[in-house]
Order: sequence, then structure tokens, then C-alpha cells
Amino acid sequence: MTGLLEQVFNGLQLGFVYALIALGYTMVYGIIRLINFAHGDIFMVGAFVGVLGYTAWGLPFPVAIAISMLVCAVTGVAIERLAYRPLRYAPRIAALISALGVSLFLEYFCSLKFVFGPNYRVVARPFEVTTFTVGGASVTNIQVVVAVVVLVLLAGLQYMLYRTRIGKAMRAVSQDHDAARLMGINVDSVISVTFAIGSALAAAGGVLYAVAYPQIWPFLGIMPGLKAFTAAVLGGIGSVPGAVLGAIIMGQVDVLSAAYISSQFRDAIGFSILIIVLLVRPTGLLGSRQREKV
Amino acid sequence: MKRIALIALVVLVAASVVLAAGCKKADKNVIRIGFIAPMTGDASTYGTSTKNGFTMAMEEAGGTVAGLTIQLFFEDDRNDATEAVNVATKLATQDKVHAIIGAVTTSCSIPISEVCEANEIVQITPTSTATRVTMDPERKTFIFRACFIDPFQGTVGATFALDTLKAKKVAVMFDQGNDYTVGLANAFKETFVAGGGAIVGWEAYAKDDVDFSAQLTKIAAAKPDILYLPDYYNKVSLIGQQALQKGITAVFLGGDGWDSSELDFAAMDGGYFTNHYSPGDTRQIVVDWVAKYTAQYGAAPDALATLGYDAGKLLLKAIETAGSNDTTAIRDALQAIRLDVVSGTVSYDADGNPTKAAVILRIKDGKQVYVATINP
Amino acid sequence: MKRLLLPAVLVAFYVLAQVLIVTGLLNSYWQLILDQSLIVAIASLGLSLIYGFCGQFSLGHAAFYGLGAYTAGLIGKLWGHGDSLWFVGSLLAGAVVAGLVAVVIGLPILRLRSDYLGIATLGFGIIVRVLMDNSGKLIPETGGATGMTGAPMVANFTWIFVVAVGAIFLVRNLVFSRFGRSWVAIREDEVAADAMGLNTTRAKTLAFVLGCALAGLAGALYAHRYPFIHPSSFNFLKSIDFLIIVVLGGLGSFTGTVVTAVAWVFLLEGLRAVLGMAFVDYRGVVYALILIAVIILRPRGLLGGKEWSALLPRLGAPAPGSRRRGREEAKGHG
Repeated sequence: MTGLLEQVFNGLQLGFVYALIALGYTMVYGIIRLINFAHGDIFMVGAFVGVLGYTAWGLPFPVAIAISMLVCAVTGVAIERLAYRPLRYAPRIAALISALGVSLFLEYFCSLKFVFGPNYRVVARPFEVTTFTVGGASVTNIQVVVAVVVLVLLAGLQYMLYRTRIGKAMRAVSQDHDAARLMGINVDSVISVTFAIGSALAAAGGVLYAVAYPQIWPFLGIMPGLKAFTAAVLGGIGSVPGAVLGAIIMGQVDVLSAAYISSQFRDAIGFSILIIVLLVRPTGLLGSRQREKV
Repeated sequence: MKRIALIALVVLVAASVVLAAGCKKADKNVIRIGFIAPMTGDASTYGTSTKNGFTMAMEEAGGTVAGLTIQLFFEDDRNDATEAVNVATKLATQDKVHAIIGAVTTSCSIPISEVCEANEIVQITPTSTATRVTMDPERKTFIFRACFIDPFQGTVGATFALDTLKAKKVAVMFDQGNDYTVGLANAFKETFVAGGGAIVGWEAYAKDDVDFSAQLTKIAAAKPDILYLPDYYNKVSLIGQQALQKGITAVFLGGDGWDSSELDFAAMDGGYFTNHYSPGDTRQIVVDWVAKYTAQYGAAPDALATLGYDAGKLLLKAIETAGSNDTTAIRDALQAIRLDVVSGTVSYDADGNPTKAAVILRIKDGKQVYVATINP
Repeated sequence: MKRLLLPAVLVAFYVLAQVLIVTGLLNSYWQLILDQSLIVAIASLGLSLIYGFCGQFSLGHAAFYGLGAYTAGLIGKLWGHGDSLWFVGSLLAGAVVAGLVAVVIGLPILRLRSDYLGIATLGFGIIVRVLMDNSGKLIPETGGATGMTGAPMVANFTWIFVVAVGAIFLVRNLVFSRFGRSWVAIREDEVAADAMGLNTTRAKTLAFVLGCALAGLAGALYAHRYPFIHPSSFNFLKSIDFLIIVVLGGLGSFTGTVVTAVAWVFLLEGLRAVLGMAFVDYRGVVYALILIAVIILRPRGLLGGKEWSALLPRLGAPAPGSRRRGREEAKGHG
């Protein structure tokens, strides 16, 4: 049964990687109900900046991550001011289109030769990969690092949302902008902070992703962004633990269907299961039973 | 609203008149060459390489060939079949090119070949390896290519695995949405099985996948002698690393997609791949090419750039032989050509495919090392 | 006299286009682009029904477009060989197959709301894409990941124009019928519509099926106009293109959808001409910036809720759910 155990670990690794991205995604999603298509691309920018940090600029790894998070937080706030705030009280679909535009812009802009260029770059890792066996299955240190980081971030987010004032303000804004404003909350600031944190999370996720799969290129973020969106919806819109749970489930489904059914039909099987889950629980696994209108 | 409709109609008329006026008539002293590749979008890295090689070939010609002035037209297909048809139609009917070099991916080369054949424009695809580009099912006489076809390269790989590496069990991993890898994988399997070998792993992945642990765990359990990875350098680097992490000790084997300085040499160390030429080849043309390209672009040329260069050279030679911009004459000259290019000595068979030798290279200590030459 | 405006414009446009084609002033390239824009318009009209009027967030529209293309392409390749009757048959087959698949998938998943429905339809689109990639094993003529050639190229401007006009009138008549009103009711407030006794399941499914059938019809035309079809042309990025067109055109406006579809295709090609070879790298960047600018300047789309008056069935009748109707009712009319 070592085969099965190892596949389960593979699924966990994949799931935690998806969760890395889904965390930041679902935060923004939960607070302002925006499907931020650009999240995957901030993730990409974070990966590039972080990698540049610990390779070309020779910074120590934690400093590189910090710089990357800072750069992306600023970028995220700027994007929110320029592309989303004008549409805040417009139909929700308008902000989604704007997000699409931002996503395309980031991808194509970063492909330009004077920015990052279109090439795939194999990048060095900041620390060596070591493999050890647990119950006969092989596990790498990177898998452990990713899992630990996700769980720490999850705990940190939950703490922030439920035990701090800014978290309370965020939850208030997510329920009703006007009521929050009436309570004296500066909605604009709260939303900016949300984007800053969400983008910083994306950046951290991007750097770790580049460590786990050391190859970066401008279109890196499309698939992870899509998986993050799927995980967030599967777990229930606006639920942070739900996004992590959804991501882990997706990881398991992806790996186990590739391993035991067919690697060719893996995506088809994965999404079929997703659809079935949604039919049984139409608001996601941990989502609240709210009616949503687009 | 009515006014807007009327204005729109007027604009349409005006635009089309202007565009039509911009149409060039066929000119006796000019040869118009089009180049189609993905310049933007997620395949743009391949397009950039190919374009670099092609541009160098054109620059070396110095602006004229056979007394004709060269006019170049670069178009972007974004790796989308619809756009490929649009730009090919534009080049054929609006810019009235005489020849097209392109495209890079098969899903764009096949539709372009339909447009070129219908308009009697010579097409050389530098890098598309599917047989259907030139044959569907009959030969499209104006269409040629500069690279191997999948059946040839896959067979070379399988024969090498059977005869030289003495492998009995092979696992194959391929991108199921990419005809290049699918074609090579199928060709390899056919030859390997016919030669008495066994395929112990046949795993697919999707274009954007970066995690192959599920497939690799299965493959590790099957203990193959060889892991055949017929994809491009970027994917192969990731798969190779993860294979090593999973404790797979099989020898890696691949195709010309590996040829790039961006390949992860450390992960792929000890692996073999089939290619068009060896960088250590002492033929003057190879030495010059590697030196020139490195001087201009700061990195060694990859297979795509080399094929782009060769395609350009082949076309120029055919135009020179034909002595005019008559596309039928150019086509005939190309069909009958015999030219030494970087990737070998090229002559075309009845299917529009070059008969040239393949080389087997090995990745060792951060370099590509020559192993053997396989003649067709 | 006003009644004659619409037919006059249509006939004039058709005659003009034919004149340009025949005299060669409109070369093959721009003809192709014009045809492509009309095909995209038909498919976008389908999504307009599903999302613009009925409010069902579908991110899998390109899958139905692809199903129609493969169905019609196969029929044309294996049996049709360019015969007109077979061609029409293949168009119908493309629409019908897409519609049937829409029924099968729609009945269960239309229960879901907005983003959940979006994910489900997105997932369905990916499933279809995987099946297309692997279709070569079942039906070798489809070519699987290598793509399909061999369908007869018989869809010329006349055919495409006629089908496009037909589609516009079909959608117009649907929108101004009780079906259209029920869809808008569902879009605005599904709970209220349900409470009013509307069979929302039936109405939503009808919108979905008709919309997907239109996509299948457009795909069928595509297969007979472009020499090659490949699964990568029908991925979720294509579905997003259709979504962009419908939203930018204005939800609840089929005029907006048609105009935006045509403009979008011409914009992308026009950027090629405008940017030229030197700035070919910038096409994506410029497109993205235009997209952001347009949606910020007109968040409700170019023609949100409004229609070209000449297309209205009774002159002066406002579109269902449009602001004009609301104002009229407030004044005590209607």
C-alpha cells in the first residue's frame, strides 16, 4: 500500500500548493465578491520578484520573500485603486471584466522583452531538496515547508479575521458596505488593506511555488489562478477554511484519478467530481446558504 | 441610431477602399517573404527563438537574392489556429507574398498549409513535425518543412533504445494536447514494441501541469529502464527533477525539443536525446552558426532557432536557383534542392520532408556530448 | 416609411458587401474577418440569451461552439462533400447536437447560482476539451490533438450573412415574447419570479438550450469557413472572449452584442495593422488596456438594456427590463 500512501502525499502536496493561492484569492473574494482573475498574475509577479531577489540580487531567502510580498502588496493596492474602485458600485460583472483586463495586461506586459521576457526560466532553489521516507512513501522537505506555511497562514488569517479590529472591519464590509460605513468604518481603506494582504499572500505563494517547481514564465499564473477559483468555489464562497479544504480535495482528486483511473482523463474526472459535489452542496462545502445574484 | 448605422457603413466602405489601394501589385523586382510564428501569448518563447534564426538568415542575404529585393512581413499567430488562418490569408491575398516561413506549432502550420496550397505560395515550416502538414492525405506540393517528421524521430529514438541502450522496459510521458509529443510518443511506441520491447508506463499530462508526482509514482513502481520524455526543454526539466526526487533511476530519453540552453542540465544529466546536429560538430557551418548566434543573442542557439535559420537558407537558395519570384519555379527548385545547412545536408523526398541524418546527443556534465549519427 | 428602414439597411449592406467582394475591393483577408465577425456574433448572441437576458453565468460557451464545429465538420467531411443540402443539414445537426448536450448538462446544473454555475460550466468546458483531445481514438477523422481538416469550405459570405440575420431575428422575437420576459424576470429576481408562478427551471433550461444551440450553429459555420479545427480553439479562454463581448455590449441588449462582436473581431485584427511589425509584441498589452478603459468608462456596457429602435417588433416598444419601460410605467403608462 505504499503506492497509495505516496499518492495521497502527492495529492496533499498538490492540494497545499493550490491552497497557497486560494487563500489570498478567497480573502478578496469574500470581502468584495470580486473574482480577481488578476490574482494568478500577481502570484506570477511575486514569483519573479522573489526569485530575482534570491538569485540575481543575492538576498537571503526570507528577505527575498518579504520584498516580493511588499512589491505585490503595493501593486495590488494600485490595481484596486485604478481598475476596481471606479467599478465598485457598478454591476459585479463589470469588475470581473476589469479583472480580466488586468490579468491580460500583466501577462502580456511581463512578456515584453524589456520586462521579464517570454521565456521559461529554470531557476535555482534557495535551499537543497532532501527526500526522506515516511511509512515507505517518499516525501521532500519542500512538501513539508509548503504544508507548514499554508497551515500557519490559515491560522494567521483566521486569527486576523476573528480576533483583530481590522478583521472585524473586513467582515463588516463583506456583509454590507453601507452599514459598515455608518458604523464609522473607512470602507476604502479596508478594501485597500484587503487587497494588500491578499496580494502579499499571492506573492508568498508565488515564491514558494517557484521553489517547489523551479521554472517561471509570464503565463505561470493562469492555471493556478483557475485552480484557486475552483477551490474557493468548491469550499464555499468567502470561507477561508473552505478554500483550503476545497484545494486539498482538488489535489487529492487530481492525483488519485491520474494514478488509479487514467492520467489522460484526469482533468475530465476531476471536474466531473467537482460538478457532482456542487450538485449535492450547491453553495460549496463550507459555504453559507445565501442567495447570490451576479 | 440610424445615423450611426449609416456612418458605420460609410466607414466600412472607406476603409476597404483605403486597404485595397494599399494592395501591392506583383512586382518583377521584389520577392515578398512572410514569417508567421507565435510572437505573443504563451508560445511566444518558441516563436522568438525561431524568429531569431530566420532573421539572421535574412540579414546574411543582405537584402537581395537573385537580383530581387527582399521584403519581409512578420505576423503573429498567437498559437491560435483561427489567427493563423487570418494572418496567412492576409499575407497571401493582401500582402501578396511569394513564400511563407511558418508556423512553429502544428495546429497553426496545418491551416496555413491549406491557405498556401490554395494560393500557390511556397511554405516551409521550420519546426512542425506532424506528417499532416505536407500530406493530407495527398502531398500538398507547395508545402515543405525543415525538420524531421515525428515517425522518423520517434523511430530513431526507439531503435537507439533497443539496440544501443538495450532497454526492455520503457515508460513514456507526453502532453496529450500537444501533437508534437503525441506524435513522437506514438511513433516510439510502435517501433519499440515491434522490436520486442515493453511499454510499462504510458502517462499523459496537460499543457499547464507542473506537478507530475502522480504519474511518476506509478512509473517508479514499474521500474522502467528508460523514461521517454518527448516534450520541450521546459517541461522536461520539471519532469526530470521530480523523477529524480521520486527515486527513478531510469535513463532519460527525448527528442529535439530538449535542445536549448535553458534545459536543466543537472537534472537531465546522463540522458540522451535525438537532435538535428551536434554543437561539437566540426563542420564549419555549425561552428560559424553557433558563434554568430551566441555573439548576437548571448546564448547558444536552440533547435528552434537553428531550424528557423535553415528554413530561411533553404528558401533563399531555392529562390536563387529559380532566378525569379515565380512561386512555381521556386517550388520546383526547392523540391530538387540539395543544400548543406546547419542541421545537415537537406534534400526533399516526395512527401516534402527533408531526408537528413539525426544525431544522438547525451547530456553530460552540463554539456551536450555527441554519441552517434543515424542516417535515414 | 420607417418600417422599411430595417430591410433597406440589411439589403443595402448585403449588396454593398457583395459589390466590394466581386470587384475585389474587399480582399479575401477582410472578407474572412467579416465572416469571422458574423460567426462570433451568432455565438455571442447565444451567450447573450443565456447570460445577458436570463442571467445564467455560463463559462463553458466555447465548448458548445466546438461541439457544433466538430459535428458539422465531420458530417461535411464524411458525407457532405460540399453539397448544399448536406451543408444545411450539418448546420442543423451542429445546432441540435449542441442543444441536446445542453439539455443533458443543463438540467442538473442550472440549479446552481452565479459563481457556482460559472465553475460548473467551466468544468464542463474542460471536460469537453479533454474529450476532443482524445477523440482521435474513437473517430480517427477528428484527428484528436492534431486537429481536423477536410470539411468542405462552402460557407461563404451569403450563407453566413443569411444565418446571422436569421439568428438576430430569432433572438429578437424570443426576447420580445413571453419567454424573453420570463428570462428577464429570472435575471432580475429569481425568487420573485418563482413566487409569481413562473416555472423557472423550464425557462432557464430553455434559454440555456437555445443559447447553446446558437453557439453550435456558429461553430458549424466556422467549420465550413476555416480549413482546420483544433481543440485548443475551444478552451475556456475562448469562452471568456464571448463573455467579454456580451458584457461590453451591454447585458440585455442583443444589438449591443452583435455590434460589439463585430467591433471586437475588427479591433483585434485592426490592432495588427495599426501596431505594425515593430510593435507586434504590444498587441496583447494594448488590447488589455482598451478592455479596462471601456469597462470603466461604460460599466453597463455600450448599449446596456437598449436596442436599435429599427429592430424592435412594434416601433416604440421598449425592450423588456430596459430603463425606458420602467420610466413609462412610472409615468402611469404600460
